[in-house]
Amino acid sequence: MIFSFALWALAAILRLYAWRSTELLGTMSRKDFVAQIRVKDGSRGRWYRFTGGKLRSGAGIHPQADVVIQFKNAHLGWQILMNMSSGMFDFAYVVLKPFLDPLLLTNAAKNFAFEITGPDDLTLHFTTILNTLLTTHWKQGVRLASGEIRYVNQTNGGPVFVHVKEGKIVRITNMEFDDTDAGPWSIEARGKVFTPPRRTTISPHGLASKSIVYSNKRLLHPLKRVDFDPNGERNPQNRGKSGYVRISWDEALDITANEIKRVRRQHGHGAILNSHGSHHTWGNIGYYLSANIRFMNSIGHTKMVLNPDSWEGWFWGALHHFGYTMRMGTVEPYGQVEDCLKEAELIVYWASDPESSCGSYAAYEGTVRRQWARQLGIDVVHIDPYKNETASWLGGKWIPIIPGTGPALAHAIAHVWITEDLYDRFYIENRTTGFAVFRDYILGVEDGIPKSAEWQQSETGVQAHVVRALARMWAKKKTYLAAGGKGTGFGGANRSATGAQWARGMVCLMAMQGWGRPGVNFGNLTTGAPLDMQFYFPGYADGGISGDMEGTGDSVQNYQRMPHLPSINTSTQKIPRLRIPEALLEGKAVGYPTDPKSLEGQFTPFAYPAPGHSPIRMMYKYGGSHFGTTMESNRLARAYQTEDLEFVVNQSIWNEGEARFADVILPACTNFERTDISEWGSAGGYGHHNFNQLNHRVITLQHKCIEPLGESKSDFQIFLELSKRLGLSAYFAEAKTEIQWCREQFLSSDLAKAVSWKAFMKKGYYVVPPEHDPKNRAPTSMRWFYEGRKKDVPDPSPLPSEYGETYLDGLQTQSGKFEFEASSLKRFGQDPERPPVNRYIASWEGRSSGEIFVRYPLQLLTPHPRFSFHTLGDGKDSILNDIEEHRVLIDGHYYWVARINSADAARRGIENHDLVKLFNDRGAVICAAAVTERLIPGVVHSAESSAEYQPMGEPGSSPDIGGCVNILTPSRFMTAKTSGSAPNSCLIEMVKFHPGGRAQ
Amino acid sequence: MKKWNLVVDVAECTNCNNCFIACKDEYVGNEFPGYSAPQPLHGHKWINILKKERGRYPTVDVAYVPTMCNHCDDAPCVKQGNGAVIKRSDGIVIIDPDKAVNRKDIVASCPYGAIWWNDEYKVPQIWSFDAHLIDHGWQQPRCVQTCPTGALKAIKVTDAEMGEIAKSEGLEALRPEFNTKPRVLYKNLHLFNKVFVAGEVLATVDGVIDCLSEAAVELHSQGKLLASARTDEFGEFKIDGLSPRAGACELRVSHTGLDPISITLSIEEESVVLNALMMSR
Repeated sequence: MIFSFALWALAAILRLYAWRSTELLGTMSRKDFVAQIRVKDGSRGRWYRFTGGKLRSGAGIHPQADVVIQFKNAHLGWQILMNMSSGMFDFAYVVLKPFLDPLLLTNAAKNFAFEITGPDDLTLHFTTILNTLLTTHWKQGVRLASGEIRYVNQTNGGPVFVHVKEGKIVRITNMEFDDTDAGPWSIEARGKVFTPPRRTTISPHGLASKSIVYSNKRLLHPLKRVDFDPNGERNPQNRGKSGYVRISWDEALDITANEIKRVRRQHGHGAILNSHGSHHTWGNIGYYLSANIRFMNSIGHTKMVLNPDSWEGWFWGALHHFGYTMRMGTVEPYGQVEDCLKEAELIVYWASDPESSCGSYAAYEGTVRRQWARQLGIDVVHIDPYKNETASWLGGKWIPIIPGTGPALAHAIAHVWITEDLYDRFYIENRTTGFAVFRDYILGVEDGIPKSAEWQQSETGVQAHVVRALARMWAKKKTYLAAGGKGTGFGGANRSATGAQWARGMVCLMAMQGWGRPGVNFGNLTTGAPLDMQFYFPGYADGGISGDMEGTGDSVQNYQRMPHLPSINTSTQKIPRLRIPEALLEGKAVGYPTDPKSLEGQFTPFAYPAPGHSPIRMMYKYGGSHFGTTMESNRLARAYQTEDLEFVVNQSIWNEGEARFADVILPACTNFERTDISEWGSAGGYGHHNFNQLNHRVITLQHKCIEPLGESKSDFQIFLELSKRLGLSAYFAEAKTEIQWCREQFLSSDLAKAVSWKAFMKKGYYVVPPEHDPKNRAPTSMRWFYEGRKKDVPDPSPLPSEYGETYLDGLQTQSGKFEFEASSLKRFGQDPERPPVNRYIASWEGRSSGEIFVRYPLQLLTPHPRFSFHTLGDGKDSILNDIEEHRVLIDGHYYWVARINSADAARRGIENHDLVKLFNDRGAVICAAAVTERLIPGVVHSAESSAEYQPMGEPGSSPDIGGCVNILTPSRFMTAKTSGSAPNSCLIEMVKFHPGGRAQ
Repeated sequence: MKKWNLVVDVAECTNCNNCFIACKDEYVGNEFPGYSAPQPLHGHKWINILKKERGRYPTVDVAYVPTMCNHCDDAPCVKQGNGAVIKRSDGIVIIDPDKAVNRKDIVASCPYGAIWWNDEYKVPQIWSFDAHLIDHGWQQPRCVQTCPTGALKAIKVTDAEMGEIAKSEGLEALRPEFNTKPRVLYKNLHLFNKVFVAGEVLATVDGVIDCLSEAAVELHSQGKLLASARTDEFGEFKIDGLSPRAGACELRVSHTGLDPISITLSIEEESVVLNALMMSR
């Protein structure tokens, strides 16, 4: 009875809301059809006939219904309808909440007790009508006195307020909190109280978002390569060269869907490669780890395996000494801010420039803390080939070092400590193993070469007396080692042939100084803030709507909290990202997995093609361009032109880089043009508690600030449209829209206990109260280990089986102790470049490379860019181009910047902002020279990740003016038995470039 | 009468460019009638960050100096504008986007070069202190709102109060010789317009060369002590804030138990870097 009433009420409410909502009326007017809702046995039901936007409805079963929603019985039908409509009115949710069962729909769908049948375009249309009814009155944004509406959004560089007027973005700012937002934490240190300001900070690429959204490089319509005919000549050899013609969405989607069907039928399992960038937008729904994976799992794909490209040396090297595989061999980020401010006397920044790299997505949140440290008189030293921005700002000793030689310096520091008895003997005896073997190597007992300050001088370029002064100061003072941008890992030095040696050297030094002792730890105040670690909100790698249990953190928390259908990729074929060109050109590739579960997981190689699988025949490219982030990038251009690759579709926001190599381009919109939900800086499964770099946890409803530009669509919508053509739409969307998925994420989190959906949706953000009481804050990283206690930080890794004896007792290593001689590497025994005790082995491409070094006498350093993020923000004719440290305008073109020491420049007749050609046997890139005194001679400093790839002639073999310096870097892996990238081991020459094409 | 002032601390600027970007974001594509025509997408730098490297490798530092319209109290552009440029009672200078059409002459009137010519709208343009936002109740302009280090601060006080602040914090005009009474004042400007003498002091102990800390360093000029410093753990010292073209000086380095050394040097346009000063018994 109540079910029949609900069906009648649905018709009444649809009519009422169609009268009130033009959006709903518009949706209803789009198609004429008959929908039927019924119970399985046909005993109860109601039909709904839509004609020109008008609705007629009647009880009973319609003989010619186009769409049928069927419930196993009336009780289930009523329950599901109540659940689905619970979000319609906020007040109703409070009343209905006790009766709601979030698992109901998922369970019914899994068991076919709830079904939607009919042609996919009509089933999707009917659910769209119902969803529009449920959400049409949901209001986003706050009206300001100026008449503008203030929306909220989130970027890779921080959360933002977006002021919109007449459907156009006026401005984008960082946030200033109001009186109702949670207040900040305070830290008391050495008689002073430090409190961060009540605002968010923002990175340049986040602040420049408006110009990125309104870029003239936006793809506004679907495009097809002019000489691509899916039914005739495909001309793959012209990819990257031919122009494009505008086509309709229907044509673009039909071609793509038909190609998906064709390659699967014609070639079999694994024929589709999903190649995707990371972080070209932000949001838990429309993300590469969310909507993208859900769709790709639904069609089955060869997976692109990401190498740990910001963690390389830590993952392939350091973790063998101390574990932390779940963190890719970097350090647990707890309590360091408070401990450092209270206890530390020195911070050694080693390949660490937080003012440029901004942690990970953390904007300038650590900046104020570094100012506090300066106020407290904590000394600083900087080891970097470039006197970076942090070093220039904070002052302190700058120790320039020849790239790739860091491990030699680390060994020499250990030598000073051992010979002058400046290390923690108790710790060495009680918390570590294998020190004697390490010590003998350092002292030269074994090879007759003491690794002294004098020994390292010719390698590193650091004078022996400087090494001794550094080693003594370090040992005398309680010292924080800031290794890499975040201070707790990462860093350019780990992305080289000696990257694993360097990261291993860093942890060995820390172990010698009693790592975990008050004031002795990893960090540069970027991470380890006293925030609430328990308040749950899913991070970007917690799976979103993906349902993917293998490639995301879905299974850890999100899947238990937000009922949704799982999705599984049934293909076991994999390709390492950096070997996609070889896989396409040579038909084979080998990789070592980025397995975070154990120390040994990385030792088992995988090969492409997988046995019995089809080689790649189609590439579905999603997100940012890979040219700027792929070593020896010209390989990729050549690979695109192979005949074996029958179809390439690229789903992209901007017409740049790889998009120009596609057969069909699907124009996606930015996250300012769709609704999404997320937390600032929260990586979820990719970095547990990653948000604790921030001064405030900020969870945002990413408002749809403006309509999608041109014909562009949200990624979710594009995948949904394709799903429709594959009969997958009900499975893909689970009858939910993006905003409804946002609400599901909201309800699954602790946010639902703190704020109502309506209030959150309108205001757009919530500040999670921090841990005000110091007693409730996370303990300091590694203090438990230093004090010989069980692990007590809120870090769920390593997994239980990784403890040798008792759970939570000791490190993840076999001995449970810090192992100077790593037992995992010893047992592996197959990688002479990674011996169990860290040894200095000069880079395979560097100053001791003989003949190559004679021809290419400059080392190229390619750090992450300062003003853009991956390819986001660069190119696109954005305002970031006008920053002279980023690009320089010469003869009408914005050239990428390459820094060079004044002596090297003078020798080559190069002056500031001259056009220069950087080249080696791998290719050539034309850049704008920036002549500086802040760089060690013999080195060129030019960031990776340009969005542009603009060959002057034949793609893959001509000089590039896009600034894609990774054309020059080696594709060789760090060591033979890893898949670690090593771009910072690169030799080049630089000459003045004359635009006529003739380099002199 | 409280008026707006902007204080720029050169020591705190890391060249993140957020001020520059915020200014672009605010004005590109946006028209604010009575305040400003849209800024062109490229080319204009209403907030323009100057850069100066001092010293030479490896003893080098860098100063970044955000510059913009100084909102001078004695502004040549106001005189030149003849009604097209107004000085508001809160100290802010506005180039009227309507009245100043075709007035390219106003551009050259600014000795700081802070006025930009917009070719599309045919108007001279400046950073207007975001007056349109201030008039809507904003407490600070966008460049200040987004500055991560606090290198930029907007202060609304009386001129007398500002005078006190300038005195106590050592604030100065970028180019005082222009005599335009700017309302943008700089802190730690010596990092940009002065020079330093820096070096490294070493000593041989038991046949091993090491950095010498706690050595006393004095810089004398014409018999007078100009400045002094002590070497740090790395044997390094830096005497900063010296006037360029100070001429001949004598650097004296002394340390207990070691023979003092004396070096004559000449301070010209650039900073002076002294490498590896060896002390011995």
